[in-house]
Amino acid sequence: MSLTGSHPQLVKRSRALQLLAELPGAAYLLFLMSVLLSFATPEFFSVANLTNVALQVAVLAIVSFGMTLVILTEGIDLSLGPVLGLCGVVMGLLVVAGWPLAIAVGAALLIGAAFGTMNGILVAYVEMPPFIVTLGAFGIAMSFAMVLTEGNSVTGLPEFVRLFNEGVFLGIPVPIWATAVCFAVTYILLYHTKFGRYTFAIGGNRQALILSGSPARFYQVLVYAYAGALAAVGSFIMTARMNAAHPTIGVGLEFDAIAAVILGGTSFEKGRGGITGTVIGALAVGVLRNGLNLMGVSTEWQVAVVGIVIILAVSLDSLRGLNQ
Amino acid sequence: MTVQVVGQRTGMVKPELLGLSPDRLFVVVSRLVALLLIVVTMSILSPYFLTWSNLINVVRHAAPLFLLSAGLTLVVLTAGIDLSVGAVLGLSACLAASLITGGHPALGILAALGAGLACGLVNGTLVAYASVPPFIATYGMLWIANGLAYIFMQGEVIYGLPSEFRVIGAGFIGPIPVPVLIMIATLIALHVLAHKTPIGRGIYAIGGNPVAARLSGMPVQRRLVFVYAMSGLMASFAALVVIARTNAADVSLGEEQLLPAIAAVCLGGTSLFGGVGGVAGTAVGAIILALILNGMNLLGIGTFWQSGALGFIILVSVFTDQIVGGRIGRMSGVTQ
Repeated sequence: MSLTGSHPQLVKRSRALQLLAELPGAAYLLFLMSVLLSFATPEFFSVANLTNVALQVAVLAIVSFGMTLVILTEGIDLSLGPVLGLCGVVMGLLVVAGWPLAIAVGAALLIGAAFGTMNGILVAYVEMPPFIVTLGAFGIAMSFAMVLTEGNSVTGLPEFVRLFNEGVFLGIPVPIWATAVCFAVTYILLYHTKFGRYTFAIGGNRQALILSGSPARFYQVLVYAYAGALAAVGSFIMTARMNAAHPTIGVGLEFDAIAAVILGGTSFEKGRGGITGTVIGALAVGVLRNGLNLMGVSTEWQVAVVGIVIILAVSLDSLRGLNQ
Repeated sequence: MTVQVVGQRTGMVKPELLGLSPDRLFVVVSRLVALLLIVVTMSILSPYFLTWSNLINVVRHAAPLFLLSAGLTLVVLTAGIDLSVGAVLGLSACLAASLITGGHPALGILAALGAGLACGLVNGTLVAYASVPPFIATYGMLWIANGLAYIFMQGEVIYGLPSEFRVIGAGFIGPIPVPVLIMIATLIALHVLAHKTPIGRGIYAIGGNPVAARLSGMPVQRRLVFVYAMSGLMASFAALVVIARTNAADVSLGEEQLLPAIAAVCLGGTSLFGGVGGVAGTAVGAIILALILNGMNLLGIGTFWQSGALGFIILVSVFTDQIVGGRIGRMSGVTQ
């Protein structure tokens, strides 16, 4: 991908430095933000605030797991945010109309997976560029959500929907359970199944895999479908937290997810990275936003700051790649 | 696979018609057929469609859309992408509108163009020198520019620009709207730049065959910075024409511009893999898109459908070029 020639630099590094250099950028950011915040705002390290951070991070982390797999295949999914919004709207409308929760949840999961499958087919079989495919899907998902709700929020959700956010099981809030389960499932899929091996292999070796007759394209579709389904899972928590389904609630979330994945050390090239770094990445983005909130920074500045952080992270990542 | 195909194209003997290889001919013909179908269908469905005032309205929308997507076209020709064009347009529009209504028209125009150029230079530097994937660098820039526009405007809406300034968006010279003249002049300038200058040849070479471009000693990195800077500059130029037409600016202006800009480039037949296409195609794409959006308006199809329609147009035009165009190319022996 890189247009510049790489100049290998023969610099000797000590073991400890090597290890530090291999930590994802998110770990540094998280450490820096925590130190900074514990000085700047005493309430940062309160249980209430940390729980708040964890709850805020849950949706982002779940969406970022899917995004990690997509980026590992050298792809991108810009549609995950609006797809999350659409899934929330579908779930909300069905529940409000009196359908059982299982049906509503199932329909939302299906919509998420369907969008992912469409993206995946266009990327894997038609060989269209991922960002263009998912940008098209971005527009379509947003349109569907707006048309279904006529631009309004779905309100008047039954009480039990709130359990997705406020429920507590064995002393731990449901969103954190959901994040843990999604992490575990993704971890197993990624490191202990054929699906996972293909996910890593497609990044960097896609052409070779296809030429050798292996079903790489099929697994690439599955990656996008899985990411879409995870966005639907995120939408349940998001809808419960807002106690309403807003059609545009997800827009911009895909950006935070990309930031979390990159900060977590997953690279756009050659299937480097993994799911564990993404957890740290999501935490870093969550703490960054929470910290900016606590310090009274307006939402507008937060958007710009996260933009700068993601660009810096990717620049450092690729410059580091060039130097190796 | 397609990347290699594009690279091979230049060196092969190919059957040609009107100077176009069969797969490119498919792109051109399919767009002309689409244009014709839209005009015929719309003139049947809406009696107002083919009136002079409506067509003036269409080209007034097409002109700034073309300015925005023409800069983007140069980026796409290098196999890159600029997702920040809409947000840069929004930021520039807010800066310009604020300073112009504040009584500093020259400063306002300069600030807008300067902001666009600066955003583009940052994008280009990140892509060329830090090897950041274009869609990431420019997606980050999208949010930075959006954020800056929000900070600058604080939720305010600016309206009531002076009539001397509004000429570039709403004025006429004789019967011809000024934005159309701007569009034609820009088209000629960029077409000459792309086809008659070393810079232009460099742009096509980087997209068509990056390895050869680098080996031939071309200043690839400087060319890349140039195209992203042009894209930012053209976005702010488009911003000036837009606010002159609408007589107002607010932060949401930029949010509605990205999908149309990309749709115009795709409709214009420029390959997203770089090296194939051009600004002339984008002009056609912008006109087709303006006709479609105008048609949706006339038929009373709500704005909620608009982003979906744009997404659909992007997917369908890239899909057909990839599947049908690719097949025709293979059948005629242009590509394997």
